[in-house]
Amino acid sequence: MTIAPGWYLGLAAVLFTIGAVGVLVRRNVLVMFMCVELMLNAANLTFATFSLRLHDIGGQVLVFFVLVVAAAEVVVGLGLVVAIFRRRANTTADDLHGMKG
Amino acid sequence: MGGAGGMGAALVAATSTVSHPSSVDVGTFAVAATLVLVGAIGVVLARNAVHSALMLVMTLFGVAVLFVLLREPFLAAVQVIVYAGAIVVLFLFVIMFLGVDREEDVATEPLRGQRPLAIGLALLGVTGLLLLGQVSGWTTGQPQVAGPSTVSGQANVALLGKSIYTTYLFPFEATAALLIIAVVGAVVLARRPQGSTRPDGEGSPPPSAPADVELEHAPAAASGGSDAAEDDREAAG
Repeated sequence: MTIAPGWYLGLAAVLFTIGAVGVLVRRNVLVMFMCVELMLNAANLTFATFSLRLHDIGGQVLVFFVLVVAAAEVVVGLGLVVAIFRRRANTTADDLHGMKG
Repeated sequence: MGGAGGMGAALVAATSTVSHPSSVDVGTFAVAATLVLVGAIGVVLARNAVHSALMLVMTLFGVAVLFVLLREPFLAAVQVIVYAGAIVVLFLFVIMFLGVDREEDVATEPLRGQRPLAIGLALLGVTGLLLLGQVSGWTTGQPQVAGPSTVSGQANVALLGKSIYTTYLFPFEATAALLIIAVVGAVVLARRPQGSTRPDGEGSPPPSAPADVELEHAPAAASGGSDAAEDDREAAG
């Protein structure tokens, strides 16, 4: 008998919460991106757990696609950070109010 | 945050069932879960962005170990190669490239009451989620909708590849297009525009730039200019 799925899902919930708190609390855009990665990993862990639990390959396929989309997201996001840094010389989210009405 | 992690662990412990897994599985899960949680808390709490990135590696390795434990070796390998190998290196590259690898003051709180509110809301959410899962027995959905995950005599990779290249062929092609678009977008975003090499964009609009660069940055330059004018007016008044 393997570990009960509830353990994995509880761990994923806690991991997602830590990531969400990080996005809400931290002000460095790079660290906020890392916390988004934490939340994506929590979702991946949930998919993988249900794949085992329901004997369904679909969860693993979805984890694969999430990985690809996360890679694309990080590339574009870090490109944005570099472009913003050229103009503002810092990576603090609070200072990016140039489009405020 | 340490208290939050402890409480989370206690809640996870409360969700255990009465089945008896093997001691190897339990030990591996405990070590991997500790890695994941310590790494995640480290990402949030580290003052230095480089330390955050290294803590992220720890979390990603923990998740990879959990994938192995879930009988998904291909995903574990991809997790290590793509996440720990490519994405974190990209993070570290950008941190070093921008030179923001200095200590950040995480003690100051620009918005009063934001942090307790965020942590309180998150604790409320995770408690509700865990209670909901505990009440419902964590079950949802029907088994084997997209195909079986284990067939005797066939490897995990073979089943996954067959599913991706037959059932999920169109999403697979779409992700290929997405990657191409992301590459083009990153090149366009990271291209250094001619004439505006100064990193301090604050205070004055960029000097006379070529037409295409001007067009690309026109909204930002306009809003930055009005912002600066506002600041000047405030300073004068």
